[in-house]
Order: sequence, then structure tokens, then C-alpha cells
Amino acid sequence: MNFVFPISIRDVTKVYPGGVEALRGVSLDCAAGQVTALLGRSGCGKTTLLNLCGAMDFPTAGRVSLAGQVTSSLDDTGLTQLRRHKIGFVFQFFQLLPSLTALENVELPLLLSGAKNTEATAMERLRWVGLEEKSQALPYQLSGGQMQRVAIARALVHDPAILVADEPTGNLDTASGDTILRLIRRAADEFGAAVVIATHSAEAAAFADVRVRMRDGEIEGVVS
Amino acid sequence: MKIIGLNLFRQLILRPLRRDMTRTILTLLSIALGVAVVIAIELSGDAASGSFESSLTTLVGKVDYEITANGGVDERYIAKLASLPVNARFSPVIEQPVLIPGQGSTTLYGIDTIPLTNRDGEASTFDPETFENSVVVSSDLAARLHLKKGDKLLNFTIRSIAPDRNNEWIGIDIAAAQRLLGMYGKLDRIEVFLSSNENGASVERQIRAAIPPSWDVQTPGARSEENRRMLRAFRWNLRILSYISLLVGAFLIYNTIAVSVVRRRTEIGILRALGTSSRGVLLIFLGEATMLGILGSALGIALGRLLAGALVGMISDTVNALFTTSSPGAITLSPAAVLAALFTGTAVAFASALIPAREAARVAPAEAMRRSVVEHETRLHIRRDLIIAAVAAATAVVLCQFGPIDGRPLLGYAATLFAVVATAMAAPAFVTGAIRILRGILRQFGGAPGLIAGRSLVASLARTSVVVTALATAISMMVAVGIMVGSFRETVQVWLDSQIRADIYMRAQGSAAAGIFPPVAAPVEKIVEQTPGVAEIDVFHAFEFRYEGTHATFGAGKMDIVRRRRSLRFLSGNANGILASLRGEDRAIVTEPFADKHHVHVGEVLHIPLGARTVALTVAGIYYDYSSDRGTVLVDRSTLLKYLPDQPFTNIAVYVQPGADAMKVRRDLQFRLRDFPLMIAPNEVLRRAAVEVFDRTFAVTYALEAVAIVVAMLGAANSLLALVLDRRREIGLIRYLGAATGQVRRMILMEAGLLGLLAGSLGLGLGMALSLVLIYVVNKQSFGWTIQFHPPALLLAGALLLVWAVTVLAGVYPARFAARLEPAEVIHEE
Repeated sequence: MNFVFPISIRDVTKVYPGGVEALRGVSLDCAAGQVTALLGRSGCGKTTLLNLCGAMDFPTAGRVSLAGQVTSSLDDTGLTQLRRHKIGFVFQFFQLLPSLTALENVELPLLLSGAKNTEATAMERLRWVGLEEKSQALPYQLSGGQMQRVAIARALVHDPAILVADEPTGNLDTASGDTILRLIRRAADEFGAAVVIATHSAEAAAFADVRVRMRDGEIEGVVS
Repeated sequence: MKIIGLNLFRQLILRPLRRDMTRTILTLLSIALGVAVVIAIELSGDAASGSFESSLTTLVGKVDYEITANGGVDERYIAKLASLPVNARFSPVIEQPVLIPGQGSTTLYGIDTIPLTNRDGEASTFDPETFENSVVVSSDLAARLHLKKGDKLLNFTIRSIAPDRNNEWIGIDIAAAQRLLGMYGKLDRIEVFLSSNENGASVERQIRAAIPPSWDVQTPGARSEENRRMLRAFRWNLRILSYISLLVGAFLIYNTIAVSVVRRRTEIGILRALGTSSRGVLLIFLGEATMLGILGSALGIALGRLLAGALVGMISDTVNALFTTSSPGAITLSPAAVLAALFTGTAVAFASALIPAREAARVAPAEAMRRSVVEHETRLHIRRDLIIAAVAAATAVVLCQFGPIDGRPLLGYAATLFAVVATAMAAPAFVTGAIRILRGILRQFGGAPGLIAGRSLVASLARTSVVVTALATAISMMVAVGIMVGSFRETVQVWLDSQIRADIYMRAQGSAAAGIFPPVAAPVEKIVEQTPGVAEIDVFHAFEFRYEGTHATFGAGKMDIVRRRRSLRFLSGNANGILASLRGEDRAIVTEPFADKHHVHVGEVLHIPLGARTVALTVAGIYYDYSSDRGTVLVDRSTLLKYLPDQPFTNIAVYVQPGADAMKVRRDLQFRLRDFPLMIAPNEVLRRAAVEVFDRTFAVTYALEAVAIVVAMLGAANSLLALVLDRRREIGLIRYLGAATGQVRRMILMEAGLLGLLAGSLGLGLGMALSLVLIYVVNKQSFGWTIQFHPPALLLAGALLLVWAVTVLAGVYPARFAARLEPAEVIHEE
């Protein structure tokens, strides 16, 4: 039986218009239930690699396979479907829609995919991150840590195979950061998602099963 | 310091304006259209009303005085005046419309051909030897009819073509004109030319002593001035309507600057931290508005000049149909008009930007707030704004209770402005409330795009309400004017039904403009009476007269027929009794506009010069009439003929015998009267023509409304684009969360649809209120007509649906723009 990694990246190069080479011959596999941390300085290619893992960008050369589908072979609809059903995102600046309540923010991916029982499912995820009582709050009424927990609930609401997190603790104090990292760890353990985190923080790296150190668009080393 | 300011202006204002070129162009266009409409109405109004000076000036030189009399001037007085010991020339004039077969009507001047040089001794246009059988035509008419010297026109030979590029006319000898028009012994006026060394006041005194006291001596300038005064209310209404587009434009400037401030809040915070004063920030944003104002106004002036060309014909039609005879003059874009337009456009832009610019100046140095906080503050002001709205609405109601000022409904206009202010202040509460009600439906039927569309409009409340108010203002004017015109039309239709009761109508051929009543030849009456199938005829006399310095119509008809056949409606009193009391008596009935204009009441005595006498007529009643704003005094035919026995009649209404074929009778009449230049029309043609005149009259109004709607649409597109640009990170995010491009497009289109729906509902409410002000205050005080309230429901529903559809259409570009945003790029912008 062939084992398929939710994220499989092979010899990927990414060159931006203007000639900037952000990735050079990168290969990486991320297994289900495993947390992979991408480490390195600003400009080393972490965000580019993360965008490829989230089907938000295409490689210039090489192959990116997400949940069994090669992204470069998909059209806009195919990519939308992939993001809608298989991928969850968490961002450094939370990125909640300011006009929606916490519950509605969590519900949004389900509504976009036309799913049923959206409210109950969203409530279930809010409960999972411990914010059931804040379901009707608007984002500006929440603390940074609470906003990021809502963002995690939103990323997991559709049981994604892949969870992509870009500096999820970068904008939080230590205590809130720890809570978020524990939730991400639980996401991998309980939902079996392949989690990729881009981070500068040593604490975040400590939570990961695999640590990938990057430099100048290349993978410098992988520590399991 | 100045250079730093310029640099800041370039970085903070010019660069973003260039980056958002589409929005910049939309904003400029909004101002340009607003200014264009204002200047177009001013220029075309000037052109349409500025040509009262008789074209005779071209023909005979500058006239110093005109001698006129109600019912025409007796030509025998020429000899009496010529014998006065004054150094002046007296010239008889006939000025009447004449029909050129197959070519429409034109003005015919009959003048004395003997002294054919003007007083400065210049060579005349005419050849005195042959003028008896010859005509001179204006170059304008010659160009239209492709006429040249030696051609035949109305059985005369063209001897000369006089240069006059803005007027069409024919000049012939006075005797020939009297023969042609059957006006033997009658003149329209006597013109007086003074020698350069003659004392005008002394000559005027001597003239007055020589003519009957009921005649008038005035300068031609006074006549033009009277005409302009008569048009004042009409032009004021057009002017006010044109300001609506500018007002809509003002809301959009406010919005543009507000968007500018919100989007650059962070930059403002940084600049303040780096030492820029709050005054500096204020000046930068006011500078942006001023720059947009100047550029938009300049573009508007050019557009306005073009638009004026298109409008002048329409306005001229209305002036001729309702007020007075005039042919449109040339459109002149004077430096003063250019400066006034530039100033108005820029001042409106500047004033609209004051509030958002002050907000920008108040940003604390370290404050780089999120918008949600700003918007939240707006929500908290809802209660305060609602109180202001209530006060403004109450003020509007109070202002409606007062009468006109100097003949103008100035307080009525102020009331409309207060109503708009009330709506603007109530808009945030309305938007929030309406979306709260619609929330469930939006989510149920619109899914995620519906949910976000509704919420983001509330989240951007400050901006949304401004756009909704701008759009609602334009829509409300459409609704208000639509209801006013619809009600007026219905009122006129009902009135026509009660007035146009005869089977066949006749009048002399030629122009049917206000104040023009070409006479019908006397033998016609007998021929018509003797035609088989004719039961009875009402012979009507009409002529223009002056009362208290303004023109009005004097009419006379057979009141016993009017009483039996028509149903005149009086403001008070019994119609039958009033009409019966007129026969042979010095009693008159007057129209509502006449009574309104001259503050006349029943029982009052009017002193009206008729021929050589001034007659005292007691007002027996005031009746509803919508034929002209000039006002009419109506007496029994026998009363008129008592004082003016030779007064020719101008119209005949024919009632056919029961069972007779009206069409056959009409054909028979046409045959019997073939030698007379008459227009013989059946009842329905006259009725249709009246409605056509009515519709043409309001064509300008509809054109103005259309521009206001276009300005509002540009605003809607502009604002939606601003919303998209402002929320591009949000749009990128929902793409991350699995939104398809189609869903993003749908979301923006739903926002456009919602904006349209909210603005439509608010505009409908405001429009209903404004229509009451227009009907019962502005229109009544301007023209004196009582209009019954008849909202044209279907037409309004159609128009609102159309506006809504166009608003959705205005969202197409922003929607496509939103769908094309690259999520990975916009999400990492901050």
C-alpha cells in the first residue's frame, strides 16, 4: 500500500516576477498528525513555502501535492475546492472579519462550501477552543489570544487534512502564545491534520515533531 | 516648510489618487456632472429667455419707445403723433406669426417702408421702390428654407436677406401685412425713434398726452424686463433642480475625502508622530478636495456648455408654450459664468471635505486605529443624529407654512433642504435597522456572500450612510418630481376633460405659443354657423394685455354656452350662478394663477384698459385653469364687444347636432373654409396636443433628474470600489477560507443591490414628502396652480426598479475588481 503524505513537495523552485528566487530545489513531506515547524530568518522563504502548502501559490518548477492533488494541475475552481475542504489557515494577525461575530467567523468556511448544520458545527469548534461564551462577541471585543483561538476554531471547522499557520504566536504574549501552541498540537493529535507552522519562536519550534531550518530559499536541515 | 508640505501632499494625496485612478476619475466625473448641470441650466435659461429684444432691431435700428394698447393700436393715431412738435419718427408695426405652407410658422413683421433709413443715416436693407410687393427675410430663415434673392415667398419676391443668425422672420410693408392678416386699421404697436438731440422724457410726456390714457408707452427694455420677470419663477425652479446634482456630488466628495482619511489613518498617525501639525493635516485633505473641485469644475464647465446646447431647445419650447413668445438666443459662456461655476464647484467640494478633513486633523500622533473602532463610534452617535433629523424634519414642516418671499417660494426650497438634511441624519439608523431586519433573509438566501455583504455595509456605516443618502437624494428628487408631474398631468387631464367638450376647434394657422392669438377672419363665423350639422358655436376672443406690469390674457366667450356645455370649476361659489351673472355685465372671472399673482379676491374690481377706455370689471369668481401661468381674465363676449366692437375673434368651438357625424361636419367645414388659413381640429387632436405640450414642458425636468441619477450611480460605483479597496485584505481572507471568485463577485453585487434597496426605500420616503412640498408649496407659490395629489404608482415602481438595476450594474466593475485580487498578496499587506 502506498502511503500518501497530505503535503508532498518535490524539487520546488519559486521565482517571483523581477527575478527574486524565493525557493530553490525544496523537497518536504508532512505526515498526518505531525507538526512541522519552518524556521529561519525573515526572507528565507518560509512564507513562500507556506503559501505553496496552502494552495495559495504555484511553484515555478517542481511539484506540490496537497491531500493527493497536484496543485499545478488544478484550475481556479479545483484550488478553491481544495482550500475549502482540505486546508485550514491561521495567521499572525488573526484575520477575523470585524463585522462578523466569533461564531459567524468560525461558521464562514462552512457557509462558503454550502455545508449543512453550520451553526452547530461552528459552536462545537468554539467550545473546543474554550470560547463558547464569546460566540456572539465581535472581534474588537476580544483579546488577542481569544481572537487567535477563534481563528484556530475557524481553521479546523471543516476537519482539514492540512493546517497552515503563519507565525501564529507572533502577535501574542507568552501565556496566550502557549495556549495557541497547545491548541495547534491538539489539532494534529485529535484531528489528524498535517500542521505546518512558520515561526521565529523557539517555544513554537519546541512543540513541533519536525523542525525544518531554512536559509536563502533552501532547506538547511531537518530535525525530527 | 512649504516644500515639505508639497512633498506630503504629493505622497499622501497625489500618489494615492494616481494609484486609484478609476476612483479618481469617478469622483471628478461626479463633480463635473454636478457643475455641468448647473451651468447648462444657467446658460440655456439665459439663451432661452434672453432674446426678447425684437428682431426688428436688425431691420429698423434701435427703438426708443413702444406704444401699445390692449386689443391693438388704432392706426389713425400715427397721423396725430406725427404732428407733434418733437424730433422723432413714429413707425407702425405689426408682429404676428404667419404660416409658410409646408414649412411651419415664422414671425411676420409689417413695417412702414417709407422712411427706410435709420436715424443714423445708414443705408437701409430695403429698396423702397419695390417694397410693396417684396419681402426681406432673416438669414436664419433663408438658410433653413434655402432661399435666395429673387425667390418667391408667400406671393412676395425676396428682395433682400438680412443678417440675423438667431431668429427667423419675414419683413413686409405694413399695408401688405394688414391685407395678409386681415388687420385693417389695426397695429400691434407704434415704435418711436428719437433724434439724438431729443429729450426722451419730454417726448414721452407729449406722446402720453396725445394718446388715450389706457394705452401704454414703455421702453423696449421694460418689455424684456417684464418677460424676464415672468420667467423668474420657472427659471428658479429649474435652477434649484439643477443644484440637486451638485448636492449629490457634494455627498460624494464628502465620501471620497472620508475614504481618503480612513484609508490613510495610519500614515496620518505616523506623520503626526514625526511632527506634522494637525493644521498641516487639515490643509492637506482640504487641498485634496480643492484640487478635485477645481479639476471637476473645469471639466464641468466644458460639459455644461455642451449640455446647454442640448437643453436650450427644450427650455425654449416650455417658455413659448407656457409663458411668452421668444426665440432662443445664442449661448454665451461669459468669463463671469466660468468663474462662478469654478467657484461654486470648488466651494462645494471644499465645504463637503471639511468634516472628514477635521477628523483627519484630530488623529492623535500614536493613534493608528483600526477602522472598526471609528465605525463603532459612528454607531454610538445614532441617537444624537436621530434627534437632529427630527429637528430638521420639524423645521421643514414649519417652513412650509409660510408664504412666498418676493414672489419666490424661498422657504419652500429651504424646507426641501431641511428634509434632505433630516434624511441624511436618519440614514445611519435606517441602514442599521434595515439590515438587522434583512439579516436573516440575506443569510438564508445569500449564503456566506449575503451574510458578509449585509454586515460589511453596517461595519462601514459612516461611509455606507453617505452613499445611501447621496443615492436617496437623487432618487427622492426623481420620485418627488415624478409624483408632482404625474399629479399635475392627471389634474390637467381631468381639467381637459371638463374644458374640451366641443367636437371641433378652430383657430388661425401658425404658432400656438403663449401670448400669441392670431385673429380669424370675420366671415368665418357665419360660414361655420350655416354649415349643416352644426348645433351651435362658441366664438372666443383672446388677446394679450398688461396688468400691474405683467402680461396676462384677456378672453371673451359666449358665457351661456360655456355654462351649458363646459364645466368650469371655481375655487368657491356656484358655477352656474357665477357664469349666468356675467352676460352683458361689467363682470369677469379670473383664473387661479391670475388671482394668485395679483392677490385678487371675489368681489374686487379690476381696472382694465380696453381700447381707448379703462373698464372697471367686478370679479365674479376664480376658476381652476392650467392652460398658462400668465393668468386669464374672462368676460362675456357681449361685454368685450361693448368696448372693443372691432376686436377680431381668435377661436371657435363647434358643437355638432346630436346624431350628426362630427368627422363629416369637419370635412365639410374644411371645404367651406378652404380659402381661410385655419387649423380645424377634432376634439381628440386638441386634447392630445395639449398633453404633448405638457409632456414637452417637463422634458427638461426629466433630463435633470437623469443627470442627478447618473451622478449618484457614479457615486455608488465609486463607493463600492472604495469599499472593495478598503476591504481587500478581508476579500483575500475569504478566498483563503474557500470562497470562489464567483462568490466574491456575488458578495459585492449583493452589497450594490443592498445599497440600491436601502437608498430606494429611503429615497421613496423622502420623495413622497418632497412631492408634497413641491405640489402644495413650491408649485403653488411659483405658478399659482392647485394640483390634485395623484402619484403615478406604476411609473414610480418601474423607475425605482430601473434605478435599482442600474445600482447593481454600478457594482459590476468593483465586483470584478474584487474577484481579481490576489489573496496571497493582499493578506500580507499589513
